[in-house]
Amino acid sequence: MKTKSKTIYKRPTQKSKFVNLLTTVDHKKIGIMYLYTGFTFFLVGGLEALLIRLHLAQAESTLLSAAEYNSLFTVHGFTMVFLFFMAVNSGFGNYLIPIMIGARDVAFPRMNALSYWIYFFGALFIHSTLFIGTTAPPVGGYLSEESNLFSNAVAGGWFLYQPNAGIQFSPGTATDIGVIGIIFLGVASLISAINLTVTTFNFRAKGLTFMKLPVYVWMTQVVSFLLIFSLPFITIALFSVVFDRQFGGNFYNVAMGGDPIFWQHLFWLFGHPEVYILILPVFGIMSEIIPVFSRKPIFGYATLVFAGFAIGFIGFGVWAHHMFSSSIQPLAQAGFGAATMIIAIPTGIKIFNWIATMWFGKRNLNVAMLFSIAFLINFVIGGVSGVLHAVVPSDWQQTDTYFVIGHFHYVLVGGGLFGIFAGIYYWFPHVFGKKLNETIGKVHFWILFLGLHLTFLPQHWLGLQGMVRRTWWYDEGMNIEFWNLISSIGAVTILVGVLVFIFNWIFSKRKGEAAEFDPWDGRTLEWSTPLPPPEYNFYDIPKVKTRDDFWHRKYAVDEDNRSVSKGKHDEIKKYTLATTLMDNSHIHLPSNSLFPFITGFGLPFLGWSLIFRGTFMSFVLLSIGILSLLIGIFGWILEPEHE
Amino acid sequence: MSSVDTIQEHEATGVSNQKMAMWLFLSSEVVFFAVLISTYLFYKGKFSQGNLSPEELFDIPFTSVSSFILLMSSLTMVLSHNFYEIKNYEKSRIWIFATAFLGILFISGQIYEYTEFIQSGLTISSSIFGTAFYFVTGFHGLHVVIGVILLLTTGSQIGPNKNNRKYGLSIESLALYWHCVDIVWIVIFTVVYLIP
Repeated sequence: MKTKSKTIYKRPTQKSKFVNLLTTVDHKKIGIMYLYTGFTFFLVGGLEALLIRLHLAQAESTLLSAAEYNSLFTVHGFTMVFLFFMAVNSGFGNYLIPIMIGARDVAFPRMNALSYWIYFFGALFIHSTLFIGTTAPPVGGYLSEESNLFSNAVAGGWFLYQPNAGIQFSPGTATDIGVIGIIFLGVASLISAINLTVTTFNFRAKGLTFMKLPVYVWMTQVVSFLLIFSLPFITIALFSVVFDRQFGGNFYNVAMGGDPIFWQHLFWLFGHPEVYILILPVFGIMSEIIPVFSRKPIFGYATLVFAGFAIGFIGFGVWAHHMFSSSIQPLAQAGFGAATMIIAIPTGIKIFNWIATMWFGKRNLNVAMLFSIAFLINFVIGGVSGVLHAVVPSDWQQTDTYFVIGHFHYVLVGGGLFGIFAGIYYWFPHVFGKKLNETIGKVHFWILFLGLHLTFLPQHWLGLQGMVRRTWWYDEGMNIEFWNLISSIGAVTILVGVLVFIFNWIFSKRKGEAAEFDPWDGRTLEWSTPLPPPEYNFYDIPKVKTRDDFWHRKYAVDEDNRSVSKGKHDEIKKYTLATTLMDNSHIHLPSNSLFPFITGFGLPFLGWSLIFRGTFMSFVLLSIGILSLLIGIFGWILEPEHE
Repeated sequence: MSSVDTIQEHEATGVSNQKMAMWLFLSSEVVFFAVLISTYLFYKGKFSQGNLSPEELFDIPFTSVSSFILLMSSLTMVLSHNFYEIKNYEKSRIWIFATAFLGILFISGQIYEYTEFIQSGLTISSSIFGTAFYFVTGFHGLHVVIGVILLLTTGSQIGPNKNNRKYGLSIESLALYWHCVDIVWIVIFTVVYLIP
């Protein structure tokens, strides 16, 4: 077998940088690729948001047309939720999970590469809506016929409510591309979730039992379970839309007995767990950073872990709070309202855990910690405005207004994005062996903090004054011009903050302060490697005795329960750095493979061929798609994991 | 594969990586089918709008036979796995191809059924019943087709002089998938065909 495969096809090696990029199966490189791709889409989504805000800066604005505006807020939602947030979380998870549990790679390295490439090509597929998507004004609609980059993209909001996003009211191929693209991204997430779960369960270092795992690993594990159980809902929902739009199905065709409310149920049965899929990894990041910079162990480890599970579990039972203004029964409304209030409890437990960890700690207010503290503040604001929606009559007042926009941007930007930035400042030295510049970082932090509140705080007031979300036009003299202008100024401020961050990234990667070993006096296993870590992560697979094992190698505890240094820092550092020069030929790592790339490459072609079916072009596309899937899958099966 | 040495080197559950991954995938599949069948049940109360009722169309004896064929394919799959475990690769290959054959029979029955229904006027767009029926049975059929492809390709690599699945999907994982698809059909058959 081996000899045969070598004659037809030579296995890619790591010699060329470009080939290595396409064929790598190293979890760290894939994680970094996720981060770079995700961050690129953050800039794309951010510019889309900026256009929206610039348009809304003044009353009766004509900067964008109605069609462009509809497409922009839809693509902004898709990009930020599916292409930025989930990708960056995957990136952190891929990079950190194996190295935090003392493993050399994930359980299925090639599957890991496959999930990245499906995500990558799925993202390109979704963005092909800008170039090859078509929209047409619905019969009797108000949208004028026009054609440019944005007016041809998918429109209808990121939750694609039916029948508005159905064939009758959103004709053209743009919506189909969006829908099928998200199915692809779902496949990528499912593969990644299964992979990380098996890794966490089977690849922990000796002695690292479940209740000694870092909290980040636990939170990602909850997210993996959430993905495994919630993705089927969106898959079925999206396929039902494909049925309606492509094959003339009647699921959401009211004239034939269809029921649009069913879409809302399916979508939010996925959509609400999705909220926790986005935010739980960030909770994990917080639980890693706060103990390190407070120089105290995490307060109430078990409660944090179980609160995470409680959030994941209850997260499946609150979906209808997105639908209080739909026709659901009062009893159901009361039940979902109560469940929504209950889910605030485990979240509150976590907030108190983090505060108690900082309490009496020797806090080091560096940039990562500033972002973490800001996360707590923003997340509490966003959380409190969220619990308001559990009160059904209050929700009727606020739903579909800018109050909701303000609420979830506080959670996702003020919470999620700030947490991700904290994570980037914290783990940057791990990835590149250099620290991000602290002074530029503080400028970045304060501009972003100011920008966040300037942008999203006024949106609460706009919403309470009755400004409807997704509105392209507002008349002058409605007394909402001022706060809209402030909100738009805030959006520009956020842009400035992000530009400072990009500058800091480029600057520090070149001239940053070197950090070759354990720069933060860390607690968890990932800091016990040389920085940046070698491809095999650990020269010796670590043996773990306690929670925060790396800390206890460096510190003992005296009678007053205070940490006392064992004075072994230099010894550990010297040995760890020396291992990079030792002979590592006994360490076997999985070899590079091109087949995940080829398999992922085929999927968009299948999508396009479905959408343009009936033409010769579609036949060509189908052939390319099927061919690359066949080559990819069969090449994969016949190739050993490492040679 | 590397899983053997990693289990010795690591704190592990004792379940092999691939088997655990397959169980996780199947747990996702079970939710997938649960939502699929719920979709059918949700729309079942709204069927009166169409011109054809399920009772007029279904040929219960015919579908019972094809269901029986699919169930028997689980038996042949067990036999194949059993022979594989005792390293009788010749017989394992015969039974895996038998399983694939029964799967193809089931699919043929489904195609025949679809043509009959379409001739009677039940299409995806003709009524909400048509949409829901083809949605549920179609997705199950797709899973059977994928299963048959996996069975055929796996079977072609088993035999006295073959590599006997050193890499790729193991017989055990494949059997798990196949049984899952079979069991789901029992539920679909009951819900869609038998319950009036």
